[in-house]
Amino acid sequence: MTAVRCVDLCKTYRQGDEDIKALDHVSIDIEEAGFVCLSAPSGGGKTTLLNAIGGLDMPDSGEVWVADRRIDQMSKGELAELRLSSIGFVFQAYNLIPVLTARENIEFVMQVQGVPAKQRAEQSLAILEEVGLSGLEDRRPAEMSGGQQQRVAVARAIVSRPALVLADEPTANLDSKTSDELMTLFTELNRHHNTTFVIATHDQRVMRYAKRLVRMLDGRIVDDIAQDAA
Amino acid sequence: MRMLPVLTRLAWRYLWRNHRRTIIMVSAISVGVWSMIFMTALSRGMVDQVIEDGVSALPGHVQVHNPKFLDDPSVVNRIPIGDAELSRAFSSTDFKAWASRVRVPAVIASEYESRGVTLLGIDPVAEREFGYLSYDDVEGRFLEDADDNGIVIGRKLADKLETRVGKRVVLMSQDPDNEIADRGFRIVGLFDAEVPAFEEGNVFIGKRTAQKMLHIGDTTTEIVFLGDNYRDIEPTYDKVLASIDGSLDVSRWSEVATYLGSMLTVMDGFVLIFMVVIFLALSFGLVNTLVMAVFERVREIGLMLALGMKPSNILGQIIIESMLLLLVGLVIGNLLAVATIHPLRGGIDISVVAEGMEMMGAASVLYPRLYVSDMILANVIVLFLGFLASLSPAWRASRYEPVEAITKVG
Repeated sequence: MTAVRCVDLCKTYRQGDEDIKALDHVSIDIEEAGFVCLSAPSGGGKTTLLNAIGGLDMPDSGEVWVADRRIDQMSKGELAELRLSSIGFVFQAYNLIPVLTARENIEFVMQVQGVPAKQRAEQSLAILEEVGLSGLEDRRPAEMSGGQQQRVAVARAIVSRPALVLADEPTANLDSKTSDELMTLFTELNRHHNTTFVIATHDQRVMRYAKRLVRMLDGRIVDDIAQDAA
Repeated sequence: MRMLPVLTRLAWRYLWRNHRRTIIMVSAISVGVWSMIFMTALSRGMVDQVIEDGVSALPGHVQVHNPKFLDDPSVVNRIPIGDAELSRAFSSTDFKAWASRVRVPAVIASEYESRGVTLLGIDPVAEREFGYLSYDDVEGRFLEDADDNGIVIGRKLADKLETRVGKRVVLMSQDPDNEIADRGFRIVGLFDAEVPAFEEGNVFIGKRTAQKMLHIGDTTTEIVFLGDNYRDIEPTYDKVLASIDGSLDVSRWSEVATYLGSMLTVMDGFVLIFMVVIFLALSFGLVNTLVMAVFERVREIGLMLALGMKPSNILGQIIIESMLLLLVGLVIGNLLAVATIHPLRGGIDISVVAEGMEMMGAASVLYPRLYVSDMILANVIVLFLGFLASLSPAWRASRYEPVEAITKVG
């Protein structure tokens, strides 16, 4: 079954007097339980594609399907509902809500989903342990390092076991050991829970974990290869 | 409703993220609310006093007259029902107090001066409850019963007439045949009143003495009833209306003294306008605070939208933040108002401007009146207008596109 289908996506940004093609007739199918890395140099279109899949940004033309639902024609409310119920996000920066503690940030999505308090507490503490942040649950983002913040963001993205996780440079602020631990966690979730991962990255170490590597250049897919994951 | 706890927590935390700005805004709201309530209490105190003094000079919250009496207040237009029948009609009904009296224009003359006055022929026992005079504070004595042959006049009138307790005066009016009805009285008491006009313009004699002097048998010109409060006289009015002959006029005090009635209405309007104007001044600060609060967290709003929060939740969060800010200001403002008005209940001496106050019919001591209804009005105005003021920044925040908001620089 296909988790994500993009058909002939085009997206052009205007920068000054210049039109920049962020997506240039991009089509891609990502199967359920897929583990895909999008790799491209800066401005290559990987973040734009990730945003289009997550319903954060609308393409100028083309179709985006997530879990067999066409999302490029959905209303803001429907997109919000879809993101809340089915998609976990990890952004490159500014990932956390600064006025909430680590645990509250992790519980945030579950709280919006309406998960009971007791269940939220159990799941958030368990995931904090899983990402190696036990004991830091009451710290606010400003009291944590960049790597710790990123791990909290990852914990929040996966805590409610979404079907699809979209991560934009998730290891950008992490050391190699923590990066490996994080990717191992992603891999386990992918294997045991059939969670689909789409990760935009420059990091060669991250790419090693992918089952499929999609290279982009100037808004186009130039290479799409299956590989043995690490 | 499921989102309310999440939104409230976020709103509260964001409120205190920039605590200095919040404290400044809370202070402004508190002072604004305090001034709304405090100034209203002072104005109410002044106007209430004018009205109460005016009502007590009438006196009676609900009055019954011959339909022609208010236009031509002479004994010709008296109530054609005798005292005995009135007693039968009203004694069985549960009134706080009622009395029938003779009230006609008259001329009082001493050996030196004469003055136009209102003659009040009263039963002092029945009228004690009306409280317009403290019988015990009268120099000399007050009337003892309806057959008392003495006269009690105001101290200021006595000064004008150059007379005093123990001296004789002549009271002159007209009988039902428009013939002169006059009689000599010995002054048995001098009274003081808060309002100089009352002291100068009214003289009291026994009711039956007045009836004899004016040749009107046991009839009177006015029946008066006391309600619990001059603002809440409708129950008394309805009871009187139900128990009175339809050929007589039943009037509320505000209809007898239209000036006082309209003063009360104007005051209610003034309070509302005053509160709205103060809030309008506050609203600029409030909107500015909210706009700044939204502007400095555009990326976080984008993040919340990206994580699945609906735009309506963002709208709700900013409105809740505004309401919390206002609530904190309201609590402090209300407490401040109570704390400052409470010690002033004994009155504020404004004798420096007493002459001006007397011209308005007010006394030289101002008693602030704190009404719960005024406090509620101030709070409702602040919350309602605050809600309206917060809609624009909240709407703006909810319209952000997640990806644009997240990538916003600075």
